[in-house]
Amino acid sequence: MSPAARTSSAVRLALHGVSHAFGGLRVLDGIELEARPGEVTVLIGPSGCGKSTLLAILGGMLAPGQGRVVMDGAVAPDCLNALTYVFQDFALLPWRSVAGNVALVLEGSRLSRAERAARVAEVLEITGLAEFAGAWPRQLSGGMRQRVGIARALAVRPAVLLMDEPLSALDAQTRGLLLDEFAETIARLGVTTVYVTHNLAEAVRLGQQVVVLSRRPGRIREIVRIDRPLNGRAADDADLLAIEQHLWAMIRDDAAQADRERVNG
Amino acid sequence: MADIRFRAGGFAPRDIPVASVATLVVCVLLWQGGAAAGWISTKFLPTPWAIAQALYALAVSGELWANLSISLQRLAIGWSIGTAAGLVVGLVVGLFTLARSPGMAVVSALFPIPKIALVPLFIIWFGIGEGSKIVTLAFGVFFPTVINVVAGVDAVPRNLIRMGQSFGLSWWAVVRKIVLPGALPTILAGFRITVSIAIVLLVAAEMIGAEKGIGAFVLAAGNLYDTDNLLAGIVLLSAMGLAASWVIGRLEKWFLRWR
Repeated sequence: MSPAARTSSAVRLALHGVSHAFGGLRVLDGIELEARPGEVTVLIGPSGCGKSTLLAILGGMLAPGQGRVVMDGAVAPDCLNALTYVFQDFALLPWRSVAGNVALVLEGSRLSRAERAARVAEVLEITGLAEFAGAWPRQLSGGMRQRVGIARALAVRPAVLLMDEPLSALDAQTRGLLLDEFAETIARLGVTTVYVTHNLAEAVRLGQQVVVLSRRPGRIREIVRIDRPLNGRAADDADLLAIEQHLWAMIRDDAAQADRERVNG
Repeated sequence: MADIRFRAGGFAPRDIPVASVATLVVCVLLWQGGAAAGWISTKFLPTPWAIAQALYALAVSGELWANLSISLQRLAIGWSIGTAAGLVVGLVVGLFTLARSPGMAVVSALFPIPKIALVPLFIIWFGIGEGSKIVTLAFGVFFPTVINVVAGVDAVPRNLIRMGQSFGLSWWAVVRKIVLPGALPTILAGFRITVSIAIVLLVAAEMIGAEKGIGAFVLAAGNLYDTDNLLAGIVLLSAMGLAASWVIGRLEKWFLRWR
């Protein structure tokens, strides 16, 4: 197994009494949540319920108005960035090549030049990008760009992957392909993952615990556990479809109400 | 039944380099032809051929290089100082909240002042020598550079900066690897404007207080009604602008090859 396939899996994240407001707008209220080591926690809920805000708080990119976030467990010695994001809009530097974008997050690290080059080559190989190492981001399709985002995240051997709607900017076919790749990669690495999505099919395909948030201010309505290995989940699995329908029934009214709130400004 | 008419044409202008050259050549030929036909008085507007002869004579006598070299030197020094100072101040104003409002207030107050009006003041402060000319150019280049750099920094997508921070890049690494390259297209576009401003101020400063330089040469030729040499000086100024624009174009092509 390659070194990148030994990413740590012993890290746990926990939110205690987290609330947050933007100005007078309260977006999160009293969130108590645990992302278990090596598991995929999926956050779903209607638009504006604070899913991405919660992810930003988890990764230290936003200080919560109230409450605290704790991380415990052993971080692997080769981990260069414990809490690592994969972004919805890829966030690639257009002036750097594919390899340059991946190398960016290793520059300034304790790795030698040769180690950095080896790590870049390794993650590009894993994500199927080896032959595109010299390409500019503008030359790539959306799916390929997100693969670069994944390669960049894997390069730092993360303890926790924080994925903010990573497939929402892609077409349905590419989404399906990448979803399978995500499932395979996450299962292989066993890395603690928090995954935000609007898409319930993604939620039941990847989630080991699916956290359903209410409309704004976001509160936890229910946590659904799916105790089935990621590699053994088929798109037409009756149990998974039943869970998907249950999730939809839970958020449908909130989603409609949230949509009307957006129209009303 | 009717064929559907195509209606999505236009709004996609392209560069045709041959057309650029051809237009200039046609203008010169029309000018030469108009003078030959007697439609244009050569007393007030010499022919392109006469200007070319004047340029040749200046080149042979060494006067062309004597004036051009000193102008280029002033332009290079003044523009470089103004640009370097503008880059530093623009970055500080663009990156730090504490510097932003005070910095933009000062820039907004001083930028609209016609710098030519300040040349006599600079001569009083820095003397009639090189100092006042360099300061005039640097001062004129500084403010638009600051405004451009601030605009460039503001235009860097925040998601890229947050990405860098999320991967633990240091503040300086974010500035060096994300902010500066992201602002570069705006900064380079600004160079085209500041070079033009610098050439205008160079001529003004040389006309007011210089013995050598293209500005002084054009003024002296005008005083003598020597229109051949006057136009030769103006052609040189135009060539300087074109050359600077070409250099900046090459820089853009190299630094922004990712676009």
